[in-house]
Amino acid sequence: MIWSKYSAPQAFYPLAGRLIPWFAAVAVLLMVVGLYMGFFVAPTDFQQGESYRIIFVHVPAAWMSMFLYVVMAIWAGVGMGLNARLSFMMAQAIAPTGAMFTFLALLTGAMWGKPTWGAWWVWDARLTSELILLFQYAGVMLLRTSIDDLRRADRSSAVFALVGVVNVPIIYYSVQWWNTLHQGASVSMATGSKMAATMLMAMLIMTIAFWMYSIAVILARVRCVIVERESLPAWDEKPAVIHEAVEAR
Amino acid sequence: MQWGSASEFFAMGGYGLYVWTSFLATALCMVWEVLALWRRRAAARAEQRAALLGGTDETAA
Repeated sequence: MIWSKYSAPQAFYPLAGRLIPWFAAVAVLLMVVGLYMGFFVAPTDFQQGESYRIIFVHVPAAWMSMFLYVVMAIWAGVGMGLNARLSFMMAQAIAPTGAMFTFLALLTGAMWGKPTWGAWWVWDARLTSELILLFQYAGVMLLRTSIDDLRRADRSSAVFALVGVVNVPIIYYSVQWWNTLHQGASVSMATGSKMAATMLMAMLIMTIAFWMYSIAVILARVRCVIVERESLPAWDEKPAVIHEAVEAR
Repeated sequence: MQWGSASEFFAMGGYGLYVWTSFLATALCMVWEVLALWRRRAAARAEQRAALLGGTDETAA
């Protein structure tokens, strides 16, 4: 298979369409398994009781918020470097989903903070840097919609996205660098996991589920973007419709 | 399994409000996103079809 062929929106469009149902199906399946494990297999936490179960949406959402930002910035960078339309479209398609997961990470964090710390919100390094990430996503999206010329919009939002990448390691390491109220990492590449095996398993399954969901949704959005930006031809129409259209001319 | 009854499950050891708000909000956001994309796709295709048909159906978008 020649992968470079798929860098053309016309070629990528049907490929994305074929991939979406698979990613969506795996996402739903893993969410069912993850939720079952999270609520019925994972034990009660000895310190936090049942409130800790928020972890099964909070951590996957927070990880996706950071991961998607990096992926968005990479596509933006590739778009700048190779001047590739599809790369900019990918960056454009990722931003809303990334913003949604950032919002969810903050919301579920508040839901966890209130019973655990006694406060919905504190201005500690982890929470503040994650809030800034939400503003960054908003900035990327607003910059795009505020510039009429598509090429300039692509480039401006790409530069904004790339500069903002510095915040991702700040969010990730904030719990080590500063004395935060937010707890340290329960799972780290250096020390492994500090959680019960079934808790960790449920959290990882939910993370993969969110990941698959993101891929499905982003592919669906990039297809919309392709149709919106490259008005012709009608790649997705049945031959009869195209025939009818040609006849009408 | 740690739940003696359904009400015990929904109570979540007294943290029900926080736990269920978190999961419900996440589910609603995801459903909303999928529905919004569905509508966006329908709108984009309607516009595209209108353009293909030579502007006879411009208002459909």
